[in-house]
Amino acid sequence: MSENNSFVRKEMISERIPPAADRGLVKWVRENLFSSAFNAIMTFISLWVIYSITVAVIPWFLNGVWDAKTVRECYDLLDGKSGACFAVLNERFPQLIYGFKYPSSEYWRPNLATVLLIVALAPILFRRLPRQLLIFSAVYPFLAFWLIWGGSILTSVSAFLGCAIAVICYRRFSSRSFALAVLISLIAANVWWIIGGYIVDLNASFLSLEVVASRDMGGFMLNLLLGTIAVCLSIPLGIALALGRQSGMPIIKWICVVFIEFIRGVPLITLLFVANVILAFFFPPDTSIDLILRVLIMMTFFNAAYIAEVVRGGLAALSKGQYEAADSIGLDYTQSMRFIILPQALKISIPGIVNVSVGMLKDTTLVSIISMFDLVGMIRGPILSSTDWNGVYWELFGAAAAIFFVVCFSVSKYSQWLERQLETDKR
Amino acid sequence: MAEKLKLEVSDEIAIKIQSMNKWFGSFHVLRDIDLTVNRGERIVVCGPSGSGKSTLIRCINALEEHQSGQIIVDGTELTSDIKNIDRIRSEVGMCFQHFNLFPHLSILENCTLAPIWVRKIPKKEAEETAMHFLEKVKIPEQADKYPGQLSGGQQQRVAIARSLCMRPRIMLFDEPTSALDPEMIKEVLDTMIELAEDGMTMICVTHEMGFARQVANRVIFMDDGQIVEQNEPEQFFNNPQSDRTKLFLSQILGH
Ligand SMILES: Nc1ncnc2c1ncn2[C@@H]1O[C@H](COP(=O)(O)OP(=O)(O)OP(=O)(O)O)[C@@H](O)[C@H]1O
Ligand SMILES: [Mg+2]
Repeated sequence: MSENNSFVRKEMISERIPPAADRGLVKWVRENLFSSAFNAIMTFISLWVIYSITVAVIPWFLNGVWDAKTVRECYDLLDGKSGACFAVLNERFPQLIYGFKYPSSEYWRPNLATVLLIVALAPILFRRLPRQLLIFSAVYPFLAFWLIWGGSILTSVSAFLGCAIAVICYRRFSSRSFALAVLISLIAANVWWIIGGYIVDLNASFLSLEVVASRDMGGFMLNLLLGTIAVCLSIPLGIALALGRQSGMPIIKWICVVFIEFIRGVPLITLLFVANVILAFFFPPDTSIDLILRVLIMMTFFNAAYIAEVVRGGLAALSKGQYEAADSIGLDYTQSMRFIILPQALKISIPGIVNVSVGMLKDTTLVSIISMFDLVGMIRGPILSSTDWNGVYWELFGAAAAIFFVVCFSVSKYSQWLERQLETDKR
Repeated sequence: MAEKLKLEVSDEIAIKIQSMNKWFGSFHVLRDIDLTVNRGERIVVCGPSGSGKSTLIRCINALEEHQSGQIIVDGTELTSDIKNIDRIRSEVGMCFQHFNLFPHLSILENCTLAPIWVRKIPKKEAEETAMHFLEKVKIPEQADKYPGQLSGGQQQRVAIARSLCMRPRIMLFDEPTSALDPEMIKEVLDTMIELAEDGMTMICVTHEMGFARQVANRVIFMDDGQIVEQNEPEQFFNNPQSDRTKLFLSQILGH
């Protein structure tokens, strides 16, 4: 090798910072905002749009009146300036949140139920928390029912015991035969509910809260109530439907397919009208099934049908090898679904499930069409049509949008976090 | 070439297949299969692609259903009775070409899941067994990792350990090395050789002829869904009888 080809470094080069134009903010601005003439023009147009919106909205916000009795008082206070009349939110706050019929002395009940809801959801949403908390999650639905609807606590206790009996019976007999276990637990629970019904009737005033009828529920509380229950019930139902659709048993498969396709083929609003008017005909005439319950059934079915399709996608994304490996180490159907297939399929389905469920949460506002007074129903009805607050659209609907945005955005952030948590199979 | 394993074969029957037939729709995949495997036998199955090798060994643990004939594994006949099938599957281990580990579970959980839930072994004991077998396949230090973090060869060894944790009496291998890079093939084959030395009954679909010579006590050649020839490895490789076998051997050993 010739001499000028060989080279030995005497001194190592120390690290230097890149030239100014390739550093920090300058680099970022150049690369992202002004990389070409077209981009530069777009940047200026966007900046101008953002600027004009801000200039228009900021004074409207800052001049906002928070303290007034009527919209006219607002205008008087504003004195010709442009400004929002947030006073309506202040004055009608209880109505926006609880509806206009929920007794104001009882507001603590839905408040407490909401706080407890967070406690009950925590162990389900965060797997790190101690598993014992799940016991509270199991009790919560019954507790919440008592808090929100009132009546004797015995009703809830009796319902809970019936479910507990059913679970115990199922556990006891499930090793013999699935169908037998389900049958026995259903019978046992119903027998208990009949007995429990008499006991409750005899002690109707035991630890009793003031009864609030379903038609008196309203405001955002109603949205939250419908949304939470419908989503919580529809996820297991959707999973069951998806598994049923894959089932080797033709009748089960057929029922699931027809159910899913039918529900998906009908607009939710139609189902709600059905719930409002027609569903009552299917129940025995003297049992007046609660309107909220009917709406809940429809929303649950609707959401479940969509979730079923999302989960089916997740199931289809798994390789056949996973099913075979689960079979080959001797897991039975339930075990292989529970430990192998569903954890993976559901993980894939999380974005879809959240997408559908956030949609459902927002679609609870559709009940305003069948004259239930949820948040939007309250705004469109009692508040906007009152002479006091005629015409304050922006403030009210803006507030409704903000409330829904906060809830839905948190749900979607949570789902992204969960996806990252479950990210174990990165290569 | 490594030395040939000399191992006892008992005359107790582990698997007995009698005039078994299988169709996929109207396609006759397996035709009149007769095969008896004694306990402790190491059988290598080879044959051209599509000849039904995988289907045959998948029938043995009922991953595929056969339509006529008999399969008796460990004294239990495979019928559509789900109880029999689950019992046989827990007695028969299987390793797949693509490993099929459970990506959402750690290596240790992969190995303990079935012992805990199928065999109802206490968790602690199952974990000890799992560590024992992970040591046997020489990767105890990976126990807390996830399958996605392991190399192909390591994954396949975990898959073997996962099967062994059920303490199976028979092991089936479906081309366990054909998805691996050459340098990883050896580590998997070594594990399988050790298993053979321990007296495991094995049926192995593979094209690793060195492995067949060293470990197998019988080589089965399949073509068109039939067993065309079976013989001891020496005889099979040096003195094949059927023309199809000769053609096949010349193709895979030829170059
Ligand atoms: N589920 C199935 N449905 C229909 N045909 C199938 C199915 N599985 C396999 N076959 C067909 O059965 C034949 C035998 O398949 P098999 O997988 O047993 O072959 P093989 O001998 O293992 O081949 P290879 O060496 O490529 O793995 C092939 O022709 C294949 O196309
Ligand atoms: Mg194959």
